Amino acid sequence: MSQVRVLAGTRKGAFVLTSDGKRERWEVSGPHFGGWEIYHLKGSPVDPNRLYASQSTGWHGQLIQRSNDGGKTWEPVGNKFVYEGTPGTHQWYDGTPHPWEFKRVWHLEPSLTDPDTVYAGVEDASLFRSTDGGQTWQELPGLRGHGSGPQWQPGAGGMCLHTILLDPGNPARMFIAISAAGAFRTTDGGVTWQPINRGLRSEFIPDPAAEVGHCVHHIAMHPSRPNVLFMQKHWDVMRSDDAGGEWREISGNLPTDFGFVIDVHAHEPETIYVVPIKSDSEHYPPEGKLRVYRSRTGGEEWEPLTKGLPQSDCYVNVLRDAMAVDSLDSCGVYFGTTGGQVYVSADAGDSWAPIVRDLPAVVSVEVQTLP
Amino acid sequence: MIRVVLPAHLRLLAKVAAEVELEVEGPATLRSVLDALEARYPMLRGTIRDHVTRERRPFIRFFACAEDLSHESPDAPLPEAVAAGREPLLLVGAIAGG
Repeated sequence: MSQVRVLAGTRKGAFVLTSDGKRERWEVSGPHFGGWEIYHLKGSPVDPNRLYASQSTGWHGQLIQRSNDGGKTWEPVGNKFVYEGTPGTHQWYDGTPHPWEFKRVWHLEPSLTDPDTVYAGVEDASLFRSTDGGQTWQELPGLRGHGSGPQWQPGAGGMCLHTILLDPGNPARMFIAISAAGAFRTTDGGVTWQPINRGLRSEFIPDPAAEVGHCVHHIAMHPSRPNVLFMQKHWDVMRSDDAGGEWREISGNLPTDFGFVIDVHAHEPETIYVVPIKSDSEHYPPEGKLRVYRSRTGGEEWEPLTKGLPQSDCYVNVLRDAMAVDSLDSCGVYFGTTGGQVYVSADAGDSWAPIVRDLPAVVSVEVQTLP
Repeated sequence: MIRVVLPAHLRLLAKVAAEVELEVEGPATLRSVLDALEARYPMLRGTIRDHVTRERRPFIRFFACAEDLSHESPDAPLPEAVAAGREPLLLVGAIAGG
């Protein structure tokens, strides 16, 4: 019988949650790396027992941990992230030039074909790659070296590269997103990059329709349709049908179009999920009701999903990397909150139940579907 | 033989007890002791000093013999009691965080 393994990164360690295909009873393992911030952990699609984790603290900086047994044991691998050449400057919050400084790894994206190849999205924003299982890391400098780099500016959470999407049909094509520079695409394996922000509007920047400077919170893609991208921006939920060439708003009847997460159903490419958050100054659900919104029409028309979720006095946030879907026949949807809950829906969002209620603040959630 | 006391997170990372003992070639300085520590426990590289600049991370301090050595030259001799192994070099994480 199939199994699922949920990988939760929290402010104080990593947790591995496992269940059978019913997704009713769960075993909880952790904290791994207790006391450390775990921004993200993710498994290799070709070797699911190969996991990578980003571990950091203010005291000791960045570590990368690797597991070869599905998270039972871990070993530290390379943690040297050095920008190629002269790092240069980006803009600071006040618009003055600020040198590029490595702070942490936000997101690890294992290759779709090679368990030893993994990409790391870092703050200050850049993309690194390892081809030796995380032992050594090399920057793909064409992204940070894009001519617009000196105009990039950090979002409130730092200038982070938080989203990495690999095109299953074209190994040379990738999409990434940076807060607050925007989305970028490469079609040559990461050598050169193009901003893909046309159609985005951000009223808080000097030119609302600028080529770069947009606070993109997350991007999602269904692997069967890599030209269709869904975006949760600082404000606005957006969609592109031409691999980011042009975006259009699909916020429709959402109670607020601010939020962080967005994801796509495993088997229905037009079914997408968001968790609306009240505003950029009030990072909690509107009316104290934790609601996932689902669109079965690729956006515009949204329905609230509330069964099993708290509908009063709930003031948690759901951070950008904290939603995932499994690929069981009845698609499972998962998300974690800053209140330490990880919720599961085994019926594509119709009903929800907490797997755990009292973890440290959840930063990221990934799920693996295992045979 | 030089004695070094590690902060809790680094003990777990290196899988050692609170205090480790190191053989250091040449004069005992912050640089030579930390070089020896990182050579024996490579997983500690980058967690005490910056990988490239080799400068002390901001939230780490060095103490020995009731003195704060954090701002000493990395090539200054450590106190004789540390060099002789009678007193440990303390690597201390700042009281910070939440």
